[in-house]
Parts: sequence; structure tokens; C-alpha cells
Amino acid sequence: MNSQRILALVKKDLKHMVREPALLFLILLFPVVLTLAFGFSFGAVGGAQQTTFQIGVVNANENSLYPQYAQDFIANITSTEILIVEPYADNQTAQLDLAQGKIQALLLIPADFGASCNAFQTAPDNPDQWINTTVSLYLDSGSMVATQAIPPIIQQVLAAAIYGDQQATVPRPIQIGTPSLVEVTKQTMFDYMAPGLFAYAAIFLTMTVAQSFTTDRENGLLRRISVTPTTATEFMASQVLSNMIIAVAQAVLIFVMAYVVGYRPDVGVGIYAFAFVLVLLFSLCNVGFGLITATIAKSSGAATGLSFLFILPQMFLGTFVGAALSSAAQTAGRFVPSYYVTDALTSLLLRKAPVTSPIVLLDFAVVSLASVVVLAFGILLFRKYGKA
Amino acid sequence: MQQSAIVIESLVKKFEDVTAVDGINLQVSKGELFGLLGPNGAGKTTTINVLCGLLKPTSGSATVGGYDVQKETSKVKELIGVCPQDTPVYPYLTGRENAEFFGNLHAMPKEKLKKNVDALLQRLSLLEDSKRRVGKYSGGMKRRLNLILALVHDPEIAFLDEPTVAMDPQSRHAVWDFIRDLKKNGKTVILTTHYMEEAETLCDRIGIIDHGKLIALGTPTALMRKYKAKNLEDVFIQLTGRKIREEA
Repeated sequence: MNSQRILALVKKDLKHMVREPALLFLILLFPVVLTLAFGFSFGAVGGAQQTTFQIGVVNANENSLYPQYAQDFIANITSTEILIVEPYADNQTAQLDLAQGKIQALLLIPADFGASCNAFQTAPDNPDQWINTTVSLYLDSGSMVATQAIPPIIQQVLAAAIYGDQQATVPRPIQIGTPSLVEVTKQTMFDYMAPGLFAYAAIFLTMTVAQSFTTDRENGLLRRISVTPTTATEFMASQVLSNMIIAVAQAVLIFVMAYVVGYRPDVGVGIYAFAFVLVLLFSLCNVGFGLITATIAKSSGAATGLSFLFILPQMFLGTFVGAALSSAAQTAGRFVPSYYVTDALTSLLLRKAPVTSPIVLLDFAVVSLASVVVLAFGILLFRKYGKA
Repeated sequence: MQQSAIVIESLVKKFEDVTAVDGINLQVSKGELFGLLGPNGAGKTTTINVLCGLLKPTSGSATVGGYDVQKETSKVKELIGVCPQDTPVYPYLTGRENAEFFGNLHAMPKEKLKKNVDALLQRLSLLEDSKRRVGKYSGGMKRRLNLILALVHDPEIAFLDEPTVAMDPQSRHAVWDFIRDLKKNGKTVILTTHYMEEAETLCDRIGIIDHGKLIALGTPTALMRKYKAKNLEDVFIQLTGRKIREEA
């Protein structure tokens, strides 16, 4: 292999990326805009370090003999600073707002709530004198985080309302400790999305590689290169190299943008290095998909459309989008390489798993294998049928 | 006897049921400026593509610079420079970058590459525009750059496929002078054209191709004498019964 040829081809490809506005947008500006948009929408921009949820409260206990208990309960919910209480006069209106997504949860405090608390306070050791009642909680099933985060918060606030601050000193057979609030105080939606974003950007290499090859083929540039001493191996090596450089640039940009919008995973340099290696490997897989697309497509226009055959499944089934899909779709995600990239990055950056953890190593192995197979298949296919 | 730069023996190239090149035999000497003349679709470009190693012949053989085009393709590619009929150039690179890029693909030493690029840009009047991106070039400028890209590495054998098509007369004559200089410098040039005047003016010998067959071969003067014609157009009419440009 001649390094002068490879270097010339790589430089040419990088100049193409920088000088072609549409390509520059797709490769570099799109990931930046995407990261910023998601960061501002779901991240911790503006100093707030937590996600808040609107919770509707219908207090049927207001006119009872013991209204103070429910009032304290509501005040304690507000003091969590995670739940923003929206008072409602009736259940029907509140249910309507919940169905319309105006609130993420609805709490129904029954009329005998105060009486129940008072009965427990009066005779904490005599269950026969307790007045049993139920606080109803409705959740927006469309909000993944709400369904996970709100119930434990309500449970803890309710425990405080029943037992008070002295709960640990009340003698009873089963002690209820003072649980700390769930981690939602430190995680934002963006923290869950960021690992998928790294994979998301690299997926679009499929389109840029396919477009680049088909355009050069249409314009006779591949034939022109074919009559120089450049070997197929040198040509493909340059493609791999230039796309890996682009993938690194994308990953760095996404990370910087994510950092700007408040994404600060508390992991070491080694984890970041490993994450970059994973993204690089994944970029090879997408170069392979790009070559397959370029082989099938008759023109650059067709290549754009056909590339979505590879982009969409990877995007919807394998990145952060997949978390909101049905269980069947999530199972299908296991057949796309981006799933394993997102899964490994989530384990590393969100769950703080070490590089040596079995799940990360398994993900790495799957991504490596998929990348080698897809790239090799893409190269073989393009060399045999794609150059004409 | 002069050494042969190109030897073609019983060359056949078929595309499914279409025979594009039909049993051509030809020898081109070193330093010769040889014209392949014929209407569009006659088989000129297919013959060139076989000689460049882009297409495999269905049967027959060909050597370029003594190397078999099928078995020693990489050696052939080191010797040749190809100026395709269309103008494949990178629009996002400047004229100079395009030339340097193709020079690098031929692994030229840096200093020689710069010298060649400067000389060619100067010779074909593109030096002033060499730092502009090619996307902004006119059609004629792209055609001249097309020629530079083919010759930047100073090849021994140049295949020029319709190099002056769609050029204005002034640019065409400038390119003709340039092609003459190539011959003066000892290069072997295979020129395909359907411009009779171009072939008559430039070529040492001419091969007329029609429907994939080599139907006449000789110097322009000898061909005109043989067919008692006043120009090559008349020669073609006598051989085929039609004008060369009718099918263009």
C-alpha cells in the first residue's frame, strides 16, 4: 500500500466534507444541533439540576375534622422540589388534564385521610382502632421517567405524613427507615439520551458514504481513479480512514455540546477512550452499510432514499428512541448494531459500569463482529457490482 | 523496425448480445499519434477502456507498453494517462488541487509534481484560475483541466478520448498545439475523435472504426489517395455510405 495515495484520498474526502455545505451539515452540524436541541429540551440547562413533574392533587379531605394531615402531606410533596403540585377541585377535570398530558400524575386524597392519620397517631400500636383508607395515584404511562420516579417519591412523603419525623422512635414490629429520595434529583432525561446520541450521529455516515460513492461513480471519477495505479485496497483503506476521522470529529463535537448543556458523566478517562473506540468501530459498520447502499443504488438520489433502509431501523431500534418503544420493538433492536453501542455506552456512562463488565464486553464483541462482517461484505459487494 | 507501444490482436468485446468491438487488429508504434475515427457508438471508447484495463475483452488480446492489459494491469496503469470523454473532475477541489490529487495517485515526487502542475496549468491557460474551485469553471475550462489530470504524471502513453468535444475553436486549436507537443516529446498518443479536421491535422495514422470493426487504416494522405477523396469525411462516406456526424 502506498501512503501517498491513501493520504491524498483522505485529504480529498475531508475537503469534500468541509466544502460541501449539505455534507457539512449532515456530518457535523446536524449532530451539534441535535445535541443542543435535546440538551436544552431535556437536559439541565439554566442551573436546574433536576427534572420536575406536574402532579395534580384532588384533596377530598379539605372539609374533614382533620384537614391538617392532608395539608402537611401536600406541603411535603411540594418541598421535594421534584413534584409541582397542581390543585384540582374535582377528579373529572384532573383526569382530563392527565389524559391530555398537562400533568404527569394525579393524586386523589380520600375524605377519610385525616381521620386515618389521626387514628394511627392516637393508637399506633393498636391496628384494631385504625381507619384504613387508600390514596390513589394515577400516572401518565407515556412518560417513562414519570412512571419510574413518582411512585417512590409519593411513598416516602406518605410515610413521613403518617409517621412524622419521629417515625423511627415509634415502637412497632416493622420499622420504616427514612429513605433518601430517588436518584432522579441528579439525572435528567438527557442523561438517558446522551449515550444513544453518540450512536445516532454515526448512523448517518451510511448516507454520506453512499452518496459520495454514487456521485463519484455517476461523474466518472471512480473510473478515472481506476485507471491510475491506485489499488482497490488503497482506495478502501482511505475510505475507512477518512470516515473514522469524521466519526471521531462527530463524537468529539457531540461530547463537547453535551458537556455544554450540562452532561457530566462521572467516569474516568479510560471509559471515555473506550467509548470513542466503540464509536469508531461502529463507524466502520456504517461505512459498510454505505457501500452496500451504493452498490444497490443506481444514482445518488436513489442512494439517499435507500440509505434509510439501514438508517431508520438503527435509529429507532438502537438509539435513545428505542427506550420509548414497545417491548417487541425493543427485542427487534437486538438485531441492529446501534443497539449494542447504545447499550454499552449507557452501561459505561450512566450506570458507571467498568470496561471489564460482562455486558460491556459482550456489547463490544457484538459491535466489533458486526462492523467487520458488514464492512467486509460492503467492500466485496461494491468491488464486484458497484463500480460500473 | 519501430517498437510497438500498443498491440491489439483479434480483440472482441461483447455486452450481452451487442458486439461493441468486433475482431480488431492494430499496432501503434512508440511516439506515434494515432487517431481512432468513427461515429458515436462505433466502439472507440470501448477499445480504449479495454486498453486501460477498465474492461475485460471477451476474446483476443492487447498489450500496452509491452504489458498484457489483462494480466499486468497495474504495470499498464503506471504507463498510461487517460483523458475521458466526459469531464470527471472534483467540483469541490480547486484546479490545482485536482491536478495534485491525481499526481499523488501516481505517487509522484512532490517537487516534480509541483513543476508539472505549474507547467500544465500555464500551458493550458488555467494558472490564473488554478485556486478557484472547479465547480465554478466553465465547460471549456473543465475540458482543459480534464486533459491536465490525464497528463500530470507525464505518461508514456496517452489515451485522449474526444478531448476537444464542445470546445470553442480557439481552445480547440490550443489543445491541438498541446497534443502536437506531446508527440514532439516522444509520447505515444491515441486520440479518438469524430472531428475529421482534427484527425487530418494531428494524426500520423488513422484507424476508422464502424460497428466495432476497423474498416480502414493508414495515414490521412494515403487514405484520401486510396479512396480518391478530398478529405477524411469523403473517405468515411465512401466506406459506410453515410456521414460520420449523422450518428453523433
